[in-house]
Amino acid sequence: MLNQPVLLAGGINIFKYASPQAFYPLAGKMLPWFGWAAALLCLAGLYTGFFVAPTDHQQGESYRIIFIHVPAAWMSMLIYVVMAFWAGVGLIFNTRLSHMMVSALVPTGALFTFVALWTGALWGKPTWGTWWVWDARLTSELILLFLYFGFMTLQAGIDDARRADRAGAVLALVGVINIPIIYFSVKWWNTLHQGASVSLTSAPTMAATMFTGMMLMALAAWMYTIATALHRVRSIIIEREQGAEWLKNHND
Amino acid sequence: MLAAHKLDITRGDRRLFGDITLELRPGTLLLVTGSNGSGKTSLLRALCGLLLPSAGEVRWQNANIRSLREEYWRHLAYIGHSNALKDELSAAENLGVLCALSGVHTGPEQQRQALADFGLAGRERLPAKALSQGQRRRTALARLSLCGTLPLWILDEPFAALDSAAVSRMQSVVGAHLADGGMVVMTTHQEVPIVAPAMRELDLDGFGR
Amino acid sequence: MMALLRAVIRRDLMLAWRRRADIATVVLFFVIVVSLFPLGVGPEPNLLRTIAPGIIWVAALLACMLSLQNMFASDHGDGALDQMLLAAAPLSLIVMARAFAHWLMSGLPLVILSPVLAIQFDLAPELSPVLTLSLLLGTPILTLTGAIGAALTLGLRGGGMLLALLVLPLYVPVLILGAGAVDAASAGLGADAQLLLLAAQLLVTATFAPWAIAVALRISAE
Repeated sequence: MLNQPVLLAGGINIFKYASPQAFYPLAGKMLPWFGWAAALLCLAGLYTGFFVAPTDHQQGESYRIIFIHVPAAWMSMLIYVVMAFWAGVGLIFNTRLSHMMVSALVPTGALFTFVALWTGALWGKPTWGTWWVWDARLTSELILLFLYFGFMTLQAGIDDARRADRAGAVLALVGVINIPIIYFSVKWWNTLHQGASVSLTSAPTMAATMFTGMMLMALAAWMYTIATALHRVRSIIIEREQGAEWLKNHND
Repeated sequence: MLAAHKLDITRGDRRLFGDITLELRPGTLLLVTGSNGSGKTSLLRALCGLLLPSAGEVRWQNANIRSLREEYWRHLAYIGHSNALKDELSAAENLGVLCALSGVHTGPEQQRQALADFGLAGRERLPAKALSQGQRRRTALARLSLCGTLPLWILDEPFAALDSAAVSRMQSVVGAHLADGGMVVMTTHQEVPIVAPAMRELDLDGFGR
Repeated sequence: MMALLRAVIRRDLMLAWRRRADIATVVLFFVIVVSLFPLGVGPEPNLLRTIAPGIIWVAALLACMLSLQNMFASDHGDGALDQMLLAAAPLSLIVMARAFAHWLMSGLPLVILSPVLAIQFDLAPELSPVLTLSLLLGTPILTLTGAIGAALTLGLRGGGMLLALLVLPLYVPVLILGAGAVDAASAGLGADAQLLLLAAQLLVTATFAPWAIAVALRISAE
């Protein structure tokens, strides 16, 4: 039942690209587009953020790090959800490509989580006077980083590729169910212990150019994520399909 | 009826065999042979549903076992390479647990009788760690005397480490099960004649690459 | 089916009883870790009273996690796990029964011992029942969540450390709610909210975790 091709309204067979063999050249074709889009959007976003957007009257110039911090934080959470989605697809439909997609997304997710934490600390020093506070968001982000690390260590610890894929998928799904619980418990813990602490939410109203810069950077993060994921998926396909006939005949 | 359709099994990067199709009707003994590493155990585990084949499917009464699950397993007795005995439990306790997992509930008297059948009379209270390798194997096999109601038996090297008395006991237990219309799949290195209404042999060395 | 599950619980309890030393190890670990903290932070009674719930909870968390390493490992080694995977009852129910037996032998002793350790820290007498109740609700969550990790890391090298890495981040909400319950009670706010949330989390975990454990076991046993 599940192996039957599914036809969309437009007559496009979505399962056609579900095999690594078909996806490999497609990913190769898409890769430069997303790569260039990421680079251009990033340049435009940084220019807007650092030169066009006005200086903040409370925080001065140091606030400008949010142009990197906020998109990174958004992306770090989004990637985990996307990972869990592909993990679920992979477990249910038993498609190898979905599992490869999960493995390809993880390093980017961990990277963005780390960047969000790092830039958060850099912003915290001039603003709060300390590198680290046990702010609810920072703490949740730290636990998210642990979840990414756990996923990577589990996959690295399993030699059999299929077991690594499927065990990782279960972990990603368990993680994604727990993320909201962790987030709300940490938030609650924070308010209980710190009272009215400084928080990232109480940012002053945003100038239009600030918003534009932030959106450009967020889009750049999207494009970068897709580009790196495609690139990594191609490497994983080559690694896994060693010896497959189609790969030998493929000149890219 | 047990059937395998275009079964393809890969372990790690190595394809063990591909395209195995077979059918097992009541009263049939399927003997799986092949050299070491030819994938006998993997085939048995795939037939049980422990190992997911990379292609193809196993069917029980014309339904895929992956959707049947317990509905299939309640008809199956699997005895693998390892005996599944816990060192700290006695032979009888081990036997009771193994039968209970198959949905067969037994009393101490039945357990004692089954163990005595396999030459373990008087040893039913001994912890499994005090038993010799052959006695442990016989304890695991004694389960078959109690699980006659399960139509399908899948046995991995049942004769390994058995003495001649136990081998002949096994021959008659398996023979009786087949005569009753049961099905048996087993691997073996030894030439052990078994009286069966129907018999098939599958040589794995002829498959795969 | 009930007879099958009863047989599984009976088996696990019998095994645990005949391996009593393992239970003693978990309990001793718990006691020793708790006793180390005053040596690290100093004997100041007020400070110790404040941090007592957190310490006891962290120690319980670690003890629970350590005890989980053996939950499936020996059954995986001797083939007993295969028999459970092929049992005549749904694996998630068998897993639930086993988690219950495991909790009785590793979680419950910690719960029972906690009032004694609370005395060590001079915790106010009215807070001790709150601590015990929070552990009673929380330790089953630790067992169930941890069992997912134990099933995923079955038979891997460095399984113990890996298990810790996977499971400890997932323990965060339990720790916050459990230790928070005692904190709230000591601040005079009442611990009802935390205890109810713990109970809710226990229900959710008991619903979903057995399924995840079952899937993970099938993957690891292939």
